[in-house]
Amino acid sequence: MSPATGQTPESPLLCGKCKVPLVLGKVTAAYLGSEFPLELWKCPGCGKILVPESLATGKMLQVEQALEDK
Amino acid sequence: MDREQVRRWEGQCIQEQAPACTAACPLHVDARKLVECVSHEDFKGGLATFANAVPLPLILAHICDHPCQSQCRRSDAGDAIEISALERACAQFGAPATAVQPHTSKTQKVAVVGGGLSGVSAAIGLSRRGYAVNLFEARPRLLDRMRSLDERVLPTHVIDADLDILKCMGVAAHCEALISRHAGPFGLDAIAQEYDAVYLAPGPEALGEDALGLKRTAQGRIQIDPLTLATSDARVFAGGAQRYAPAPYSPIASIADGNYAAASIDRFLQGASLAANRDNQGAHPCRLFVNTKGLAISPAVRSTASASGYTKEEAQLEAQRCIPCQCLECVKVCTYLEEYGSYPKRYVRQIYNNECIVMGAHKANRMVNSCALCGLCTAVCPEDFSMADVCLDARQSMVRTGKMPPSAHDFALRDMAFSQSEAFTLARHQPGFESSKTAFLPGCQLSSSSPGHVSSCYEHLRSTLPGGVGLILDCCGAPAHWAGNEEKFKQALRKLDSAWSSLGRPRLITACSSCFKTLKDHLPQIPVEPLWPHLSPAFLAKAQPEPASRTLAIHDPCSTRGIREVEGSARDLLKELGIKAVELNEPGLTTCCGYGGLQLFANPELADKTVTRRSQQSDADFVTYCAMCRDRFAHQGKRALHILDLVFADGTADPAARPDPGFSQRQEERARLKIRLLREVWGEQEDSMQPSVNLHISEELKALLEKRMILVEDVRRTIEYAERTADKIENPITGRSLASFCSACVTYWVEYSAHESAFMVHNAYSHRMEVR
Repeated sequence: MSPATGQTPESPLLCGKCKVPLVLGKVTAAYLGSEFPLELWKCPGCGKILVPESLATGKMLQVEQALEDK
Repeated sequence: MDREQVRRWEGQCIQEQAPACTAACPLHVDARKLVECVSHEDFKGGLATFANAVPLPLILAHICDHPCQSQCRRSDAGDAIEISALERACAQFGAPATAVQPHTSKTQKVAVVGGGLSGVSAAIGLSRRGYAVNLFEARPRLLDRMRSLDERVLPTHVIDADLDILKCMGVAAHCEALISRHAGPFGLDAIAQEYDAVYLAPGPEALGEDALGLKRTAQGRIQIDPLTLATSDARVFAGGAQRYAPAPYSPIASIADGNYAAASIDRFLQGASLAANRDNQGAHPCRLFVNTKGLAISPAVRSTASASGYTKEEAQLEAQRCIPCQCLECVKVCTYLEEYGSYPKRYVRQIYNNECIVMGAHKANRMVNSCALCGLCTAVCPEDFSMADVCLDARQSMVRTGKMPPSAHDFALRDMAFSQSEAFTLARHQPGFESSKTAFLPGCQLSSSSPGHVSSCYEHLRSTLPGGVGLILDCCGAPAHWAGNEEKFKQALRKLDSAWSSLGRPRLITACSSCFKTLKDHLPQIPVEPLWPHLSPAFLAKAQPEPASRTLAIHDPCSTRGIREVEGSARDLLKELGIKAVELNEPGLTTCCGYGGLQLFANPELADKTVTRRSQQSDADFVTYCAMCRDRFAHQGKRALHILDLVFADGTADPAARPDPGFSQRQEERARLKIRLLREVWGEQEDSMQPSVNLHISEELKALLEKRMILVEDVRRTIEYAERTADKIENPITGRSLASFCSACVTYWVEYSAHESAFMVHNAYSHRMEVR
């Protein structure tokens, strides 16, 4: 379910509520008072954001741990 | 962390204490390092090590009276290391020593009277410190007495080579300069006038004259302070052979006095305290513990040409016999202490520094949280050092100051909260009783792992103990204690205390070692006993005799380490059951299963290493009396039994092969146990646990969930939420949905698809970051 590898502006994935394809958009990831800008698939309607597994268990986890030790 | 306490902890760890050889040496030569250099055929390094402590290294290497050797711990199994002969080999094969650079930068002048070992050593020491030194010797040559020794013992070229150091240092030596009380350039008074300080090292004979009017002893010798070598005149210091006579001449004592005098004169001229911080000066008792048990006996290497000492090869062989002396008793037995590559003294400093960091990463957080708090280090430490005390103190401080990483213990604390919730807790009198003389506290882990045993034990206790046996299902708060969360721990204790009070303050019988230990240490008002003495097979109709051939290895939980009441009663029960249980270690030296101290949550990889190391200690199936230990072994594929598996054996299943139930099932079992006991014992019909959505989860995915610390309940709630709100992402190609749900600071993602009347779960992961 990770976003398509090609940088297509439109994903084959649909928002369950709005039934529209997800598009790449700017989002903010925040933890323990720090914020980071990110580009992730999100619903243009309701704003539902997709956090893919590779991000959650990879970079995001690393940053979480680094921030926890700050 | 209290700084004084930190110092006390550091002081308890003796790993950095000098080995016996160094402690016995008045000059504290690092003989262990010298010998190590020789063992690698590095004679230059050996000589440099020696010269570091000895001002006249080549001479002393030939004639040292080596007080070190009689203290060598190698002699516990064979001969002591021939340290003196190895020093000589260094002088022989490692010379010349690194050249000494002259160094004169201070304006003060010092006179040294006496050109023997002590005077020359003092002159070198003072010159190194930057003083202008004048050395006066009555005889025609310096070190005259040395030249009277047998050439084979101390060759002349060795003496000359060492005296070159003096020349290099720029010391002005005046021979045939007899210092007397008379007037003139070599009169004592003149010297005292001209120099800022004087060191008198006149040799073994008592001074015939009233030198400088110094106070004398009854034997006519100069009265000298044994620590500082000060005399009755503040500017005059004295030492060397004259201080020790008529005891046999000791070259190393003379050189040591030269060193001490140089240090004292430096302090005096700088206006510093003469005596402060000199407790360790000279030979002192050795505090370093060295375990020589099991050391193979080895005799010293004999030199083939004894007069000239060892050959290079002989020296190397002899040096390789060195143990070398180290303590590391705790590091040898603890996977955690071994993991970080050092030893407690350093760890304490790292942990303290970690706490003091204002900016930057707290690199030791994980180390602090990885200790199993099992107490094995204390059990093996000759000084009773406790890493658990250090880590617990650090954790409590981190929690208090908000520096505890939120993810470190979050999962364990939420699991504890579940055990404290209505879903599990219960405090009841036995049906038909208004009071309880006794109450059974099975503990949350046995309830999670073997709920059937809890029912059986409770039934047995009710039928054998008079006066009513109540039941308390609750958590003692040990996880909060281990997490350093004092507030949550106190809450748990208060809750348990009130459950106990509500039953009329009965004695408690517990099946859990952690509960036992927590109650003993933190709720001393509650009388608590282990379950094991109450399960005598004589009373247990159900107990099946074990096949006599079966040998089990007994593993004690670390919580009740060294508590005979628990360890002994579990063994007694095994004996009564006819079990041959072999010991894995001496009593009290058990290791943790990796769950203690919440190691499993803070450092799962280390927890696996901990339990694997224990599992490999014996091929036999393990028997233990802690449900968590049993499940940890099972998790690692080690066949293991809970002692209750033997007590309530029905002869059909193979309980040693029972898998670890895992986090999700543990919670479910606790909730089911309460419902079942209410129904079976008290005849109450609780709402049965009907899950709102049915899930299909493969075994492989279950293992991944376990690793990612995601409960099946979290998965269920996420799907339930997504199906109710349509707040999810759909993949029209695969027909799967991806739902997210945030609960208790964690966002769970679940990939699933509808499957008949249930849901097939394909994947799940989580993160703590908030994304918006």
